[in-house]
Amino acid sequence: MASKEARVTETPVLEFERPVVELERKIQELREFAGDSRDMQREIRSLETRVAELQQEIFADLTPWQTVLLSRHAGRPFTLDYISRMTAEFTELHGDRRFGDDPAIVGGFALFDGSPVLCVGHQKGRTTKENVTRNFGMPKPEGYRKALRLMEMAARFGKPIICFVDTPGAYPGVDAEERGQAEAIAKNLEVMAGLPVPILCAVIGEGGSGGALALGVADRIVMLEYATYSVITPEGCAAILWRDDDKKADAAAAMKLTASDLLRLRIVDEVVSEAPGGAHRDFDATARNLTVSLRHHLTELRRLSPGELQEQRYQKFREMGAFVESTERPESR
Amino acid sequence: MAWYKRTQDDDEVAGEKRSVPVGVFTKCPGCRETLLTADLKANADVCPKCDHHFLMGTRARVALIMDEGSFVEVDTRIESLDPLGFRDSKRYPDRVRAAWRQAGTPDALISGWGTVGAVPVEAGFFAFEFMGGSMGSVVGEKVTRVFERALERRVPALIFCASGGARMQEGVLSLMQMAKTSAAISRMRQAAVPLVSILLHPTTGGVAASFAMLGDVIVAEPKALIGFAGARVIQNTIRQSLPPGFQRAEFLLKHGFVDCIVHRREMKDSLTRLMRMLIPTDTRATAS
Ligand SMILES: [Zn+2]
Repeated sequence: MASKEARVTETPVLEFERPVVELERKIQELREFAGDSRDMQREIRSLETRVAELQQEIFADLTPWQTVLLSRHAGRPFTLDYISRMTAEFTELHGDRRFGDDPAIVGGFALFDGSPVLCVGHQKGRTTKENVTRNFGMPKPEGYRKALRLMEMAARFGKPIICFVDTPGAYPGVDAEERGQAEAIAKNLEVMAGLPVPILCAVIGEGGSGGALALGVADRIVMLEYATYSVITPEGCAAILWRDDDKKADAAAAMKLTASDLLRLRIVDEVVSEAPGGAHRDFDATARNLTVSLRHHLTELRRLSPGELQEQRYQKFREMGAFVESTERPESR
Repeated sequence: MAWYKRTQDDDEVAGEKRSVPVGVFTKCPGCRETLLTADLKANADVCPKCDHHFLMGTRARVALIMDEGSFVEVDTRIESLDPLGFRDSKRYPDRVRAAWRQAGTPDALISGWGTVGAVPVEAGFFAFEFMGGSMGSVVGEKVTRVFERALERRVPALIFCASGGARMQEGVLSLMQMAKTSAAISRMRQAAVPLVSILLHPTTGGVAASFAMLGDVIVAEPKALIGFAGARVIQNTIRQSLPPGFQRAEFLLKHGFVDCIVHRREMKDSLTRLMRMLIPTDTRATAS
């Protein structure tokens, strides 16, 4: 694992992060020359305070589009980064037993707070080579069918399920369509709705449409502070509704896809704080926050019987939607 | 003079223009023949020369499938809200109002109960003419109620799909309708209440990736476009041309994702036969 400092300098920097990163570089340089000089030490401390302030200023006022960029940040922790920090003895299991093994979804059993759970999630790659293997976290039908196989197994053996959502979307390709991408996603929605064990879903990065939801029919849905969840990418929405790709920032704002928006719309149950400046600035701190949140929800869910879980999950999704219904005349006409 | 009239530009969602025939003459995109629109109407909007299936108005579809006088429409008073305060070039509520005026229905689904070949059913019919049949909260709620009523009455549910997918203007709330409707199917499945989904042109996106693909039996109209991702998106991803017949009903039949392709004129008879066979039988011996 790269050290914290190394990560800051190696990861790509977003435009609005630049002032912070540049100041940090300056501090690093000063440190090298500072030696025992009191003045220099004082200067460094004051710059450090300035960095914290600057970061707070920038992040207090992020636009939805900036949040989209953060949710896709190449330096962000991915599913396996969380699993390795939040659980012990993770044993990855492979394959859908039908066609193949899709590296864009990972899954396996692990110990969470000492008891076995199934972890399953979308997996992006960090390098170009990894991303070719992981297909940028865009699953094909065999990925969803692997997830389904593992979730059904977890249910059979009474193990809770933790889903990590982080995908631009299900893979749009000829082979994926041939093998029934739509059917694979649909089946997961149906089966997850009826599983008799607790299901937790953590949206850790990009929640891209149906491809995200296929791991998202859960009893509790928590979202990291700078994660997003949307019905279509802002780029796709802009192209269709604005007929202009450059309107992606407008589309991002219009779709209400940030964690705080979705909390307000009562789609997610909790927003989990990230490390200051975003999850990519401190994997460990963000993973600790997520652990605390999931532990809390899982403890509550463990008190429910399978029947209660199924009923509450059904009602949770049953209530999602916004419409009015007037009853001033009889229904038939 | 409007001899040929286009009815809606939402058609291009599907990547191919297909429209409900109006005007005196209609040119068939299948065989390029010029047809009398009256002849087409008499033939369920199917070309008498080449069997090209035109889009069919939703009310006409209800009349074609349901036994005469049996259909009772319900949930007619559910109307959409604007939960996101959404605005692109138009405000979402204005778009809905315009679509309502044009399509004559307050949202993209007509639902109710009745009989098909004397079999009692709960049925939902997508109105593609309403914002491309897109699914927002109203459609999701109405589809869910179709399934819940079927479950309660223990009668088969029929869902006629024609949709570009989830409705962007309601954001993630639209996405969640996929989960809501699929959860209702999970209960039907447990209780052995049959669901037949009928895939019309086009059935794509979030509708394809939920109840459309969850029918116990999945029937498609000839050459209907069916798939998850749009052709343009796929083309931009793979940067090569798509195989001929890609995402057509025949392509899905070949790959094992629909049970059968049924001509529109035979649809009612086929569904009747199917449902008579699907209604659950108690297989335990009745004499003890
Ligand atoms: Zn023709």
